[in-house]
Amino acid sequence: MDTSVENSMVTRSDLPLRVIDSAKASDAVRIKNRIRRSFRQIRTESIFKRTLVIMGMLMVILVLGILLTLIVQSLPSIKSLGLKYLWGRVWDPVQDIYGAWPFLLGTLLSSFLALIISIPFSIAVAIFLGEYYPKGWLPDLLKNTVELIAAVPSVIYGFWGLAVLVPIVRNMESHIGVEPVGVGIFSSSLILAVMIIPYAASLGRSMIQMVPSPLKEAAYGLGATRWEVIRSVVLPYTKSGLFAGVLLSLGRALGETMAVTMVIGNTSLIPKNIFAPGNTMASVIANEFTEADKAVYLSALIELGLVLFLVTVVINMIGKRIIDRFTNE
Amino acid sequence: MKANFFKIKSSLAASALFAALSIGMVSCGGGGSTSGADSTSSATGGSEDNSIIGAGSSFDNPLFSKMFSEYNKLNGLKVNYQSVGSGAGISQLTNKTVDFGASDAPMNGKQDSAAPAAVLHIPVTTGAVVLSYNLSEVKDTLLLSPAVLADIFLGKITKWNDAKIGAINKGVKLPATAIVIAHRSDGSGTSNIFTTYLSKVSEEWSTKVGKGSSVNWPAGLGGKGNEGVAGLIKQTPGAIGYIELAYAIQNSMPYAKVQNKSGNFITPNIASVTAAANIKIPDDSKVSLTNTEAADGYPISGFSWVLIYKEQKYGTRSLAKATNVLKLISWQIHDGQQYGSALYYAPLSPAAVSIGDAILKSATYDGKPILQ
Repeated sequence: MDTSVENSMVTRSDLPLRVIDSAKASDAVRIKNRIRRSFRQIRTESIFKRTLVIMGMLMVILVLGILLTLIVQSLPSIKSLGLKYLWGRVWDPVQDIYGAWPFLLGTLLSSFLALIISIPFSIAVAIFLGEYYPKGWLPDLLKNTVELIAAVPSVIYGFWGLAVLVPIVRNMESHIGVEPVGVGIFSSSLILAVMIIPYAASLGRSMIQMVPSPLKEAAYGLGATRWEVIRSVVLPYTKSGLFAGVLLSLGRALGETMAVTMVIGNTSLIPKNIFAPGNTMASVIANEFTEADKAVYLSALIELGLVLFLVTVVINMIGKRIIDRFTNE
Repeated sequence: MKANFFKIKSSLAASALFAALSIGMVSCGGGGSTSGADSTSSATGGSEDNSIIGAGSSFDNPLFSKMFSEYNKLNGLKVNYQSVGSGAGISQLTNKTVDFGASDAPMNGKQDSAAPAAVLHIPVTTGAVVLSYNLSEVKDTLLLSPAVLADIFLGKITKWNDAKIGAINKGVKLPATAIVIAHRSDGSGTSNIFTTYLSKVSEEWSTKVGKGSSVNWPAGLGGKGNEGVAGLIKQTPGAIGYIELAYAIQNSMPYAKVQNKSGNFITPNIASVTAAANIKIPDDSKVSLTNTEAADGYPISGFSWVLIYKEQKYGTRSLAKATNVLKLISWQIHDGQQYGSALYYAPLSPAAVSIGDAILKSATYDGKPILQ
């Protein structure tokens, strides 16, 4: 199939040239041909460019459309609840009182805790694969395994968390003197930490591999040990890339729904400590959307989606700012 | 030569893309027109009358699947039931996208006013909510009174060896374990039945929490679905939570006897749930079966309803289709009931069936009754 296409192209493209060359056609014909060719080239160029622009714009339109839909659909709730929706502490569908604060807190708490737990692992994997052993069967195995972590469906993490992790956490909780329920913010952070490792790790690995070797060789030449090279050459050189990876994994943690809802304990009470049960915005939406039987209730849930959207945007903007600062230094 | 080759290749690729797009557009247009022709022909041909669409309660889904496959064998009628949840079923009926809805809770005032026409509620089966617990030391079946149950779920009784629990479970050695409450995190008819019960038996619950498919739980952990709550109960020592009777039996989980209005402690089973519905049922059948007068009835149970419009002539509905819908529901509340017990659904009480019959007869097509 491929060869036949290429053959036909060869004949089509070469034939006129050969004819022209052999026949020594007049300049007029050659110019005419070239003009025709260049018109076609320009047309191809512009079609290609236009396709790219349309594809790119579609993405922008899609995101703006989602934002617009969220805003329009949450208008009833914004009208009736106002700004105190954001810091209201009670979520009571029976009396139509909706406050997003417990879920906002739960989302941020579980995501940032997961980030803190995952960073040592993802940086370690990135350095190991990027600097120490870029090639070989063991690094390949590790690399593929880490990438596989990202491919496992989140419901499997949730199930594994509920069946294996939660009893272990409960056991631990009974030793440190908090209410031993197992499920809660801490369990969900552990699950999230595992789930987000690959994002920071694989971006970090490629960043570390891109450090120019003259830099490292110079450092070695000055008598630096491997640890010193990593600490004072590789890490400073790659910090914006590593941070971008961390940001990517934070975005994943903020929006994760299924695994979280299975282990977080799903309560609208404000978590007293990191071992207490709580809930996240994504989890509340997934849980309550199907049976939201009142207009304001439905709208309040959609507003929760809007808040989640905005939280993600704000965190990304702060992250971009930090990355820029790193790069400018 | 090489560059030249590449340009031609890219121009070919671009024109191929263009061709593909235009072919796609042509075929879309063609597809659209043929499907349009299909729908008109089926509407006139009447083959559409032979399929019915329903949506709603996920609690009803196993029973409905069995009923509809049996009914299909008898009458060749295809029923497509979407188990999307009671609330979604009601809103789909309101939008007239389905022929019937199914709900574990009767439509409330707001939903009634949102519906474009009067909606009939026909009780189709009875479900029960049981209290399952995880107390490995306790061999006897736990007894619970309404007051104790409300205090537990309000978070006022926090230890299993509380004197109030001990007073009704004489001779049972209860451990000093902390009580961990498990409730549904998703909105559900099961929660609605349970919170309706608690609101009836406890003044404090009714003012502080209230009833609904999602409420603001004063204490405890939430699990998604029956399986989520059951998972929490099985895993957590000292846990207590509410799940559907069928789910508890199928997974052989222990469940408590609950004291009913007459003061008897009743084991939830198919017989005691059916018995709870053997009361005077109002003409519109919109009644909660929680804490009923029935002396041998289990107090935490409830009807599940099929919902249809009273006036069946709307949109492009034919009389044949309206008759099919009504005949199907009539079969469900009579012959269809035999498939309930195998799936642990309690059959309708005689009182409920006769009310259902009367309601079905009140349905009309263009003002004239459909079933005689």
